[in-house]
Formats: sequence, structure tokens, C-alpha cells
Amino acid sequence: MDPAPLPRSEAAGPAPFGRRPCEVSENRASGGYRVFSLLDREGPEPAPGQFYMLATERHWSERGERPFLPRAISVAETGPAAAGVRLDFLVEGVGPGTDRLCELATGDRVWVTGPLGNAFSEPRQVRPGAAGAILVGGGIGVAPLALLRRRFGERNVPVRVLLGFRDQTHSGGLDDLFGCCEVRLASEDGHAGHRGYVTDLLAAMLAGDDAGSAVVYSCGPPAMLEAVRSLCAGREVACQLALESPMACGFGACFGCAVPKPDGGYMRLCIDGPVVRGDQVAEVPHA
Amino acid sequence: MPELCGISLAHRVINASGTYDAIAARQVFGDAVLEEFPFAAFVSKTITPEPRVGNAPRRIWETPAGMLNSIGLPNKGLAGFLEQDLPRLAELPVPLIVSVMATSRPEFAKLVEAVGARDEVAGIELNVSCPNVHSGLIVGEQPAETEALLETLRPLTAKPLIVKLTPNVADPAAVAVGAERGGADAVSLINTLKASAFDPATGTPALAAGHGGLSGPAVRPVAVQQLRAVTAAAGLPAIGMGGIASGVDAAEFLAAGATLVAVGTESFRDPKAGSRVAAELDLARPKEATAHSALDLE
Repeated sequence: MDPAPLPRSEAAGPAPFGRRPCEVSENRASGGYRVFSLLDREGPEPAPGQFYMLATERHWSERGERPFLPRAISVAETGPAAAGVRLDFLVEGVGPGTDRLCELATGDRVWVTGPLGNAFSEPRQVRPGAAGAILVGGGIGVAPLALLRRRFGERNVPVRVLLGFRDQTHSGGLDDLFGCCEVRLASEDGHAGHRGYVTDLLAAMLAGDDAGSAVVYSCGPPAMLEAVRSLCAGREVACQLALESPMACGFGACFGCAVPKPDGGYMRLCIDGPVVRGDQVAEVPHA
Repeated sequence: MPELCGISLAHRVINASGTYDAIAARQVFGDAVLEEFPFAAFVSKTITPEPRVGNAPRRIWETPAGMLNSIGLPNKGLAGFLEQDLPRLAELPVPLIVSVMATSRPEFAKLVEAVGARDEVAGIELNVSCPNVHSGLIVGEQPAETEALLETLRPLTAKPLIVKLTPNVADPAAVAVGAERGGADAVSLINTLKASAFDPATGTPALAAGHGGLSGPAVRPVAVQQLRAVTAAAGLPAIGMGGIASGVDAAEFLAAGATLVAVGTESFRDPKAGSRVAAELDLARPKEATAHSALDLE
């Protein structure tokens, strides 16, 4: 039997305790985004869906103001490196923290805690009898789906990939992270693929022949994730969603990343997620 | 060896209540958390008589050199804590201080009696930043209310009672004196400063609750001044906290009169900040810290 992806704590042992400095080995433009790589000499290889808390060693709160808290960023790709594990992150500068991460230069160091959180599961673990996977990514949320697609490919899980972007400026990662596979695209401005939403592509696919035997995996902006969740719920298709929530620590300490559960109360997304089944949330929270 | 009210400690750095979930940390980082536990004592999240789910999100907001939070004290309630959490916290390699909060003296008494009766518990911290349902007053904002609460609780346990002072008063020293008169063994300060921010994207309050508590280096000078005032007025040992992120910061609090210091928000940025601050404190002499601060002024 194929080994199944498991939450990291079961798969590769816990994350190293504490934060550690990791060197930047590369930082390049990828469409309107950046992809930077870190050399992690200590940590285990992450599983798809897991994230790290990142803060640059220099110019991060040391002069006051912001950024102050580390940022939770999903890992987009990983692989063995000369002296450890290579971690690739896809980022878009949308505030003081991600702007600073975008500026990283080769040789800079980044404080890293992780890998944190749970991971995506294989289709048959989500729903017995489900053979294939449909990956639905939007914007910067395509990142964790890149590693997921590669892992599924290695395990001969049939994968279809649907990615959507707002416009050319707000798009990226395609050649770097999805270069080797067939991707169906949607863009709101029509610059690539279907003019409209990626969820239009998903709706058409789910209306087709064998989509009921597949599990949907999705990451992207809250409105897109909610559309995916609701489409899947309406057609009784199982789905796993990688959510986002404001997070100060990433290891269960701050209780900031509360996400409402359908039966009342809250989960802590950092330790109970970031990957949830569609039926674990009443609706996707607006991050 | 440092000690607080008879509790022997390996060093002078503990955690601020509500800023570290040792059970979750062990789930994430494994038993390394026990082997390299960052704090000389562990202060639990605040326990209330009944379970609480906490506030609706959004709960946190980054600010200049700090953050706002309005978490709302999610906890399993007294029974859930005693049954599920206390056995796991008892496995920590350091003394355990349990933080409690209630909205009336009888409810507070119930918590202190139940928690105080457990051998696993070395001390009790009283979170008094809550209203008394009978008077409508925030206990920790009133010296007389604080004194009366301590007079109720003092006979119920021989264990140290630590009063967590709120900074949101004109005269925290008067409240500390009230706590001392009522029989408290120590005070801890500061709790977070009441604060707000608006989300520039929406023009509405950034936190769902409308306001929250400010923590992080932004509050440090306020904490140092309140610590000076409190230790000058009351004869109780004080646990100083408020934006401590380094050994130099901790030395400043010791110079201002603290017996111990606590690390809160910095643990979010560095899960082992407690050990780092303790190690740096060994090297940070107050004279050097003062000289450094003075030279750094531009």
C-alpha cells in the first residue's frame, strides 16, 4: 500500500522546539509574486498543507513599528538540499510582513518555527472509494497545492488542477510550481484561461462524469473557499480546505486564530488546522 | 536560588498567564518542551467556574511593537480543568501556578478552595480584571473591592495568593496596598492596557469585541513605572511583566523592584523566549543596561 500523507506529528516527528535561523538560498520573481527558498538544516521535511512562522532576522520589529509578529506562510515546495531541507515559499507583498519577506536577499537569515499544523490527506482517507483529486487554488493560495500535486503524482493519485487569479499582477507561481503539469486556468480579467472565477471551472467539472468519486482540495481567498465549500456540499463531494486566520504564534499559545465550529465553540486553526474538511466549518471565515 | 513566597525556582523568568499553552506546545513540539521548558514556573490560562468558548474572531491585531488581543478567556471550566488539564500540567518540570477568575466572592472562593486543595498546585494567581456581579465594579480597579476579595479568600488556602493587577487605573499602587491589607502574598503586573484599533480597509474596529488589551514592547515603559509605584507603596514581592523581550529588558524590571519577571507576547515570536531571556539576564547587569539605553538615544 502507498504510504498516506499524515499530519506531521505522526509522519516525521514533531517540529524542532523553538525558532531557528535559516539562510535564504534564492529569491526570485514569479509572475506578480516572489518565490524564496530557505535552507533548513534541522527540521523534518514538511507535508503538503503545513506552514511555518517566518520573521526576517533583520528589520523585523527591531526598530519598533511593524512587522512585529511572525507571519504564517504555507510551504509551496520542498526537497533535499546539500545540508538539510529546502523550503520554498510563495509570497505576495500585501503588508509590512510580506513586503519584508519579498525583499529578502540571498544569504539573509529568517527565523523559522515549524513545520506546523496538520496536512492534506489522500482522497481515500477523506472518502472511501474516492480515487482522484481536484485541486482548486486561488491567488497566493495556490502555494500549498503545488506540493500536494507533486505528492499525489508520486503516489499515482489522478489529479486535476484548477487555478484562478484576479489579474496578471495578482498571479504567479505557475511556471515555478506547476510548470510540469496540466493546469486549467481562470482569470477575472481574462488575461489567461477562462474569463471568470476558478469556481466556474469547478462547477462545470463537478457536473461532469466522474467528479463524484474525487475529493476536492482547495486553498485561496475566503470568498473563493466558501464558494468551493458550498459547491461541494451541494453536490455531496468531499473537500478539504486550507484556511487562514490571524495568527500570532502558530503553536496554540495565543488563541488568536479561532475559527467557529458548526456546533458552537471555536477551533484553533494552528493546531486543529489549517486543513479542515468542508463539514468542519459552518462557513469559511473572512480572514 | 530565586524564590517566590517559599516556592523555589531555577531562575527568575516565568510566563504571563494566557500566553503559553504548555499542553498544546507539547502536542506541537513533543517532549522537548518538558526537557527544555522555558519557564521557572508555569502560570496556567485563567480558569473560570464554568467553561467559556471565548470571544468571536477577529481576536488579534498587530500594532506598532505589539499587538491587541480580545481572546475572552476560553477555558474548560473548573471541573474540566481539574479533570483534563491539571494532570497534564502536573507533568511539567516546574512549579504550577493556576490563574483563576470569577464574578463574585463565593464563586472565587469555590475556585480557590478547589484549586488550592490540589497538591500539584504551588500557588494561585487571582485575575481581578473582571466585574463583581453584585457591585458592578471591576474588582481590580477598586482598592476596597480587592481588599475585601482577599479577606474572603485568604482563610481558604495556605498557598500563595498572587493578585494580577490591571494597569487601567489611575493609581495601581493603591490597589496593591488593598491586596496587601487583604492578605495577598504577591502581586503581578501589568495586565494588558485597554486599547483599540480600526481596520483601515473597512473603517470599523479591528477586533470583533471593539477593544482589547495591548501587549508587547510598546507597553514596557508603562509597566516599569507602575512596577516602581507598586513596589514603593506595598511591601509585597512583585512579578514584573509588560513587553519583556530580552535579558536587558528583564534586568530593567528587576531594577525597578521586581522579584521575578514574566514573558508573554515575546513567546509568540520565539517559543523558547523564556529560556533565552533567563540566559541573557545572567549576562545583563543593570549598569550595562542603563548605559546601553542612554547611548542609544539619538
